[in-house]
Amino acid sequence: MTVLASPRPSPPRPRRNRAPRGIERARRREAAALVMPSLLPILVLSVAPLLMGVLLAFTDAELVRRPDYQFVGVDNFVRLAGNSFFWESFRIGMVWAVSVTLLQLVAALGLALLLNSGLRLQGLTRVLALIPWAMPPVVVAIMWKMIYSPNAGPLNAFLGSVGLPDDINWLADFSTALPAVIVVGVWVGMPQTTVTLLAGLQQIPAELHEAAAMDGAGAWRRFWAVTLPSLRPIVASITSLNFIWNFNSFSLVYVLTEGGPGGRTMLPMLFTYLEAFKNRNIGYAAAMGVVLVVVVVLLLALYLRSQFREDRTEKKG
Amino acid sequence: MRTLVRPAQYVALAGYILFLGFPLLWLISASVKSSGELNSLVVNLLPQEWHWENYSEALARQGLVQSAANSAIVALASTALVILIALPASYVLARLKGAIRAAGVGWILVSQVFPVILVILPLFLILRTIGLTDSLVGLTLVHTTYTLPFALWMLQGYVAAIPVELEEAGSMDGASRLVVLRRIVVPLLAPGVVATAMFSFVSSWNEFFFALVLLQSPENYTLPITLSTFIGGEGKVALGPLAAGSVLAAIPSIVFFSIMQKKLTGGLMAGAVKG
Repeated sequence: MTVLASPRPSPPRPRRNRAPRGIERARRREAAALVMPSLLPILVLSVAPLLMGVLLAFTDAELVRRPDYQFVGVDNFVRLAGNSFFWESFRIGMVWAVSVTLLQLVAALGLALLLNSGLRLQGLTRVLALIPWAMPPVVVAIMWKMIYSPNAGPLNAFLGSVGLPDDINWLADFSTALPAVIVVGVWVGMPQTTVTLLAGLQQIPAELHEAAAMDGAGAWRRFWAVTLPSLRPIVASITSLNFIWNFNSFSLVYVLTEGGPGGRTMLPMLFTYLEAFKNRNIGYAAAMGVVLVVVVVLLLALYLRSQFREDRTEKKG
Repeated sequence: MRTLVRPAQYVALAGYILFLGFPLLWLISASVKSSGELNSLVVNLLPQEWHWENYSEALARQGLVQSAANSAIVALASTALVILIALPASYVLARLKGAIRAAGVGWILVSQVFPVILVILPLFLILRTIGLTDSLVGLTLVHTTYTLPFALWMLQGYVAAIPVELEEAGSMDGASRLVVLRRIVVPLLAPGVVATAMFSFVSSWNEFFFALVLLQSPENYTLPITLSTFIGGEGKVALGPLAAGSVLAAIPSIVFFSIMQKKLTGGLMAGAVKG
């Protein structure tokens, strides 16, 4: 990246030298010129803001017309350590991200196995499986709000028709709000996971299954002994991506509940957003952002390391 | 035992189809129900009477049409920009080897997990300094930047699929590099460009977070923001037209995904994930 960021501004030399080295250099300059237009917006609108964001975390910046702020060292982080609302929101975020990621994996693996086993209706299911992916998050939220609607929603109607309580206000009840948004999170995230796992399943050589079957392994044994180990690297990468996506997710829950009822679905991204744009404490909010990013990176590093280690011990054994 | 496996699989599949498909069916059904039926306790998937007026009512809402136009402008402009600047870079990314390629691919992967919440704060300050908050131009630039990595990834995949031998054959015949690029590479790349353009359009059309933070005045709202205000605390909008508006808002992405269905299930995403 840095190589590209600072192309030597050497004046173009007369191109008399047709030796391979000259061509090589011309190629390089050409490459830099072709890449520049992409690099510029990325540097200005995403790399620079990221670095500035980290710096902001050490200031007392506020969202006012005439910003006048100074460095306050680690004050924000000290304050944050004692902010129980933030840590409660962090806990909710972890519950949300871990359960959505795990349920996504289990549900998507089931669907991928079904799609890989030569059933009818595959085309229909494949299209349906992609629909949640295609929907704008806002529309997804509106749709599920209708499903969960306490007095005219199909969910309560169905529960009532089979004799269960039919007056639950799913998104407004303290005990059901978080599980209800988790279900929506699973619904939204399933397609990508399914598609990825399906591609992985199709790469497993059929001979492996045949050999295992010859040795007398049943379907269940084959799943544990052949399918799952072969999928391991794909599962590791898609769960880590899903975890980050889920932890970073904002729009869906913002529209569904706005963090309510009583903060029960206040994901950390919502909490940080409100601190920045409602309470207008940008510096403090940036400190929250930094903490969130650092924690996620640490968790992922741990997870991936354990995955690789298991891989290695398995190969040795 | 053996004979029970298939039926059980079909039951499971039916469960998935219901879970995945029902919410959308319900939304569509709500979009053609009368408000009386929507607020009643009667719950049926097929409306008692088809009430198409919801669509005209949704479109008659001044805000909705304006926001749809805003969304379309931002999506089209950022798509054009993305293609324009990603096309040359993706060529380099696909054809070069070594450190530059590694850095580019690394960045694309990192951008998939970018902490937008941390980025948005300074981004807001930067854009405010140059007067581009609450502006469709500013939003277009932001969408362009954040769609770019994935667009680069898609496009370079298509470039890599074009055999280098074709280019070499072209230059053997005496064509200059520029001519080779224009006459050989670009035409072969057309399907990839179309797919990438559709992807960029849909990403921008669906995008919520940046629009929420950057846009302040209702006449600048994009479609997702306007729809979300309809159901917010003060929004007391009839469900029927809201459902109709939501269906309309979902159309571009559904069209895109049904066209791309084969490609997506064929492992394009798997490749992106595995890097």
